[in-house]
Amino acid sequence: MLQGPVIVLTSFAYLGLLFAIAYYADRRADAGRSVIASPYIYSLSLAVYATAWTFYGSVGRAAVNGVGFLPIYIGPTLVIALWWIVMRKILRISKQNRITSLADFIASRYGKSALLGGVVTVIAVIGILPYISLQLKAISNSFTIVLQYPEIIMPAKLGAVPLLQDTALWVALILAAFTIVFGTRHLDAAEHHEGMVAAIAFESLVKLFAFLAVGIWVSFVLYNGFGDIFTRATGDPQLKPLLAPLEGVAGSYSSWVWLTILSMLAIMFLPRQFQVTVIENKDEKHLNKAIWLFPLYMLAINVFVLPIAFGGRLHFPGGNVDADTFVLTLPMVEKQEVLALIVFIGGLSAATGMVIVETIALSTMVCNDLIMPALLRIRALGLTMRPDLSGLLLGIRRGAIVLILLLGYMYFRLAGEAYALVSIGLISFAAVAQFAPCVLGGIFWKGGTRRGALAGLLAGFAVWSYTLLLPALARSGWLPLGLLEHGPFGIELLKPLALFGVAGLDQTTHAMIWSMIANIGAYVGVSLMAAPGADEHRQASLFVDVFSQPDEAGGARFWRGTASAPDLHDVLARFVGTASADEIFREYARQRGVRWPQEPLDADAALVHYVEMHLAGAIGASSARVMIASVVKEEALTLDEVREVLDEASQVVVYSRQVEEKSRELEAASAELRAANERLKELDRLKDDFISTVTHELRTPLTSIRAFSEILRDDPKLALAEREKFVGIICKETERLTRLINQVLDLAKLESGTAEWHDTRVDMRELVSEVVTAMSQVFHDKAVRVELRAPDGVPAVYADADRLKQVLLNLLSNAVKFCEAGRGRVEVSVSGEAGRVRIDVRDNGPGISAADQAVIFEKFRQVGDTLTEKPQGTGLGLHICRQIVERHGGTLWVESRVGEGACFSFTLPVAPSQRAAAAARVA
Amino acid sequence: MIPPGTKGPRLAALCLLGVLLFNYPVLAVFNVAGTLFGVPVLYAYFFLAWAALIALMALVVESRD
Repeated sequence: MLQGPVIVLTSFAYLGLLFAIAYYADRRADAGRSVIASPYIYSLSLAVYATAWTFYGSVGRAAVNGVGFLPIYIGPTLVIALWWIVMRKILRISKQNRITSLADFIASRYGKSALLGGVVTVIAVIGILPYISLQLKAISNSFTIVLQYPEIIMPAKLGAVPLLQDTALWVALILAAFTIVFGTRHLDAAEHHEGMVAAIAFESLVKLFAFLAVGIWVSFVLYNGFGDIFTRATGDPQLKPLLAPLEGVAGSYSSWVWLTILSMLAIMFLPRQFQVTVIENKDEKHLNKAIWLFPLYMLAINVFVLPIAFGGRLHFPGGNVDADTFVLTLPMVEKQEVLALIVFIGGLSAATGMVIVETIALSTMVCNDLIMPALLRIRALGLTMRPDLSGLLLGIRRGAIVLILLLGYMYFRLAGEAYALVSIGLISFAAVAQFAPCVLGGIFWKGGTRRGALAGLLAGFAVWSYTLLLPALARSGWLPLGLLEHGPFGIELLKPLALFGVAGLDQTTHAMIWSMIANIGAYVGVSLMAAPGADEHRQASLFVDVFSQPDEAGGARFWRGTASAPDLHDVLARFVGTASADEIFREYARQRGVRWPQEPLDADAALVHYVEMHLAGAIGASSARVMIASVVKEEALTLDEVREVLDEASQVVVYSRQVEEKSRELEAASAELRAANERLKELDRLKDDFISTVTHELRTPLTSIRAFSEILRDDPKLALAEREKFVGIICKETERLTRLINQVLDLAKLESGTAEWHDTRVDMRELVSEVVTAMSQVFHDKAVRVELRAPDGVPAVYADADRLKQVLLNLLSNAVKFCEAGRGRVEVSVSGEAGRVRIDVRDNGPGISAADQAVIFEKFRQVGDTLTEKPQGTGLGLHICRQIVERHGGTLWVESRVGEGACFSFTLPVAPSQRAAAAARVA
Repeated sequence: MIPPGTKGPRLAALCLLGVLLFNYPVLAVFNVAGTLFGVPVLYAYFFLAWAALIALMALVVESRD
């Protein structure tokens, strides 16, 4: 099954499938129904991080030094936790400023500097070429190995292949075709490549599936689980150094740390990672899920690395099979043809995914930040006047893609054999790590300047070239090896692998330490030496304060000059085509409420900024700047003016915050007023009710007094007995009237809070027995038995004794009132409970229904029908009692069932000094 | 600098935890002879700690503030 034609056909079928997926996704995107607008697809597209380096190289590295492959994946896991803070900011900045690439980002931050963009592009291309060639090498090697089936022969032993028979060349050309078709289909102001992203996400699934398949097969079919592999490895003296305790992880702890830092930076600043994470991002929210899904992907693809590495070394003890190929050669030697084919396709997907995205990212940089700014500045070409430049742009990008892939292929042919996969990748990682200071500094520190960024990048890149690239070239035979051994001109201090005599570190750690010192030192040092110019100052504030920018038009306030709308439309149309330019203008007009093109648009700062941003989305910030400058008359802002605008803006922010606060306060105040008004209305209604009830209550006794007085006056012959009876009634009604008026006054005092209180320590036992004694005549008259239960040790309360007496008198007289004469019985008990004193007054009267219980404490509410029965009280007593008890911090309530008597109870808090003692007693 | 909400600081704390877990003193603690379920302790530690860290990150990200 593993014959040449089958493999070639399968490979082509796989690439065809990729084309189909990308084509489908592009169609869907054109129809407005994106397939990639999902956090899962986004996370899978981030997995373009896992290249052939992961697929083949991890096992190779693990077979040599155990866990040395892990920092490359643990670093990203750690740094991705910070993405919530860092990457969200980069995403927001990039969307607001329509950033098209990493070079564009850096150029735009430091005053839209074309020079800086160009330097970044050059560093990126030189730094990434080895990495691309690594992928080509992986594809070509795996193809060569599979072709030898059933023999296992390493490609190095086969000798050189003629150019036209070299698979890597053909792979490079096919990938160039794919990238051109889906990466440069048309010029888009948003720079999204939906088809490409869909294909990449699919490739991520394929490589994960293939690696898991071979991992499971090695671990559980070839061997009996992880335990079996490690047990056998323990018995092998050759593998002993790979088993714990290790001498240090990844060679030594210091290289472990530096590898982790390196991969932390690589995951953010590799051009392809920046492309999928930032440029292709559809929605900032997709980042949230990716924060844990992407690390999970990396964990999954690494679980079987160690078992395969150990399994491979046990299987090929002689060491004549390269550990980088174990993933492929293990299934082959066991005659697992299908599995070997799956692995081959998995490796192909890992390599192609990386190459496609990386070349798109690099070609965008080369076009927007290297070639276009240069061409636009050469006046002789008259490019700024050409009617349609979109064809030229696409042509440059396509040319750049082919060129980059061919350069990658050349590096592979000329230098690739000198290194294992991992070492090549690390050289590229260290190159892109040089972008970290100026990007991270740029988004958090306004003081970073264009000169500083330029100095930092150049210094870091120089050290990188000297300590990593130079040795690589020397080992490939392009430079004399003596340079490494004795230093240039025999100066030992300048040896590229032990700069200034610092030896004993591995090559990457050594290069990272020196390049970072040079890079950060130059960036910070030069930035501090001279103040930023007006452009830099403006861009710095747009980037660093991105979260407080009003909106996309935030940059418009920095522009002053005159322009014409048709000119602006023209310049946009030259790059993105008339149809797109019309669409962009219509959208702008819609926001402004103008019917364009029937009505003219004001060519104000906002429109100029809007067009520049859309132009930047197509050709990069610095080229867009040049193009806009060619069609408008600008007045350059001085640094002071920029500062002024910024100050104004911050003043506006401060004012608007103050206004917001004021309006919040006003709202709260008006809510309070509304509530107070409601309460007043309620009180007013209550007062009306109260007055009408009181007058009604006053009228009843008055009516009877008046009636009987009239009888006495008009009928002088009335018998003495009758007279006495009537006078008695008049006296009684007058008493009732007095009592009522007293109680109303009392209530008024209580409710208005003007009542006087004479709080003292009161012994409730004493007080209760006093009241009961005072009432004994009343009880006696009605022949009602009274029982007092007051045990010793009831704590004192702090209260107004007269008021409490009033409460007790009221409760007791109520009890007597409702008891049947002769059979009545009233129980009064005093008890202490958990910091409170409780008084119960229980009678055996008719009881109170549940409905009545709810209302008897309200004013003028009495049990029974007041219309038919003669009221026996004023209806204020219980209400006043409750007011008094509650004023003392207690509660008053009733428990009763009809026919079973009623029990009125109230509690009062124990006097403060006794509370603790009482609590102790209860406990 | 840190956007509002508690997720940013929590994730930053997890990053620091990860730096601690996968760094010199702690790694040396697990860099010993012996096996866990047949797998050398150090190797088992790497993958278990890694998985735990990812689980915590998922927990923080997916939680409601």
